[in-house]
Amino acid sequence: MNARTESAAGSKVRVATASLAGCFGCHMSLLDIDERILELVELVEFDRTPLTDTKTFGPCDLGLVEGGVANAENVAVLRELRAKCRTLVAVGACAVTGGIPAMRNSVPLAECLDEAFVHGMGLANPGVPDDPELPLLLSQVHPIHEVVRVDYFLPGCPPSADAIWSLLTAVLEERPLHLPLQQLHYD
Amino acid sequence: MSNDEQSQSTFTLDGRRIPFTPGQTIMDAALAAGVYIPHLCHKPGYAPHGSCRVCVVRADGRELSACTAPAAADMSVESEVPDIRALRVAVLQMLFAEGNHVCPACEASGNCTLQAVAYHCGMLTPRFPQRFPRRAVDASHPDVILDHNRCILCELCVRASRDHDGKAVFAVSGRGIGSRLIVDAPSGRLGDTDFSAEDAAAHVCPVGAILPRDEAFRTPIGRRRFDVAPVSRVGDVAPDPDAEAPVPDTATEVMV
Repeated sequence: MNARTESAAGSKVRVATASLAGCFGCHMSLLDIDERILELVELVEFDRTPLTDTKTFGPCDLGLVEGGVANAENVAVLRELRAKCRTLVAVGACAVTGGIPAMRNSVPLAECLDEAFVHGMGLANPGVPDDPELPLLLSQVHPIHEVVRVDYFLPGCPPSADAIWSLLTAVLEERPLHLPLQQLHYD
Repeated sequence: MSNDEQSQSTFTLDGRRIPFTPGQTIMDAALAAGVYIPHLCHKPGYAPHGSCRVCVVRADGRELSACTAPAAADMSVESEVPDIRALRVAVLQMLFAEGNHVCPACEASGNCTLQAVAYHCGMLTPRFPQRFPRRAVDASHPDVILDHNRCILCELCVRASRDHDGKAVFAVSGRGIGSRLIVDAPSGRLGDTDFSAEDAAAHVCPVGAILPRDEAFRTPIGRRRFDVAPVSRVGDVAPDPDAEAPVPDTATEVMV
């Protein structure tokens, strides 16, 4: 499955994945395709993804993005992924709509930080963290199509393994995604 | 076919003959014939409202709302055709982008008609920039929660309270994007009205805006009304949707 060592033939589809402001549930659902993952590794090879722990993106055929855009690092990763991937997919409710993390949009960011780090209950050393390594939060969480162009949308929280399989099949066959009713869920 | 049926006026809906009585709308005639046309603000037994536009059809070449347009003899109506379906998806996308419809966090998920109609129409994304409006939750009533984040201004509760409950608890105030649901109390709080969980208006909301308390997860996610069968089969197209429990839909209905 190590993409960089197997890419010589060039016949496999290179796939990168990323989890932005998400919970990794969509990645779990991808792994939940069970034995079809054996069929999948015959067709694809992974580039940067939390599954390989590779740190940089190479040119890819397909990028799968879980999670919405909540901070400056999410923006940078998403833009790089868009630049490197021929086809980009918003996977799951957070990438498609902002989802659960976007529920903070109804509260001003300063109030969120204050509640979490300054005046919330049971805080030992109150104060908003300001380590330069921490990416700055955006004032609102956004679905990824508000930041980059997106080619496919796959709703669900998470999308079922069957829905992910339908998506991969559609992408590999370069046709629009049509989900059977049983695979189409927003929750 | 009997003489009565032969003499009855009909129109065609996607090529199928639909009988109607004079004055009946396209929607009412279609529902009576058991043919589903997607809709949100319409409900049999309530005055047509024509506000959500999800029931758009093309009748003799003109786009109309099926819930308000009267049927006419030999009218040709198109509903489940690609460009009309695309119009419906665009209307639904605007509804989803306008409010805060967070299905993963909503206890109405699976029982929500907005969600079920969007499934029927094959909507994969709200597409438009999300507005993320800041709206209040009114938890002042002991038996019902009013969550303005999910309100789509269909006015079913307005009609139910006014026409069925004789109370006029609800109204819509403001114009355009500033429109909002208000309640009949000087404080503006639902708890200060004579609204009751027994009212028809407490059970007519197609989304999760008016939620009776203590029912949240009585039926688990995955086994709810629209989880087990599509709205085209268990929505109000059925004569009495609550008469029999829906059975899991094992057929895979492919969206086109």
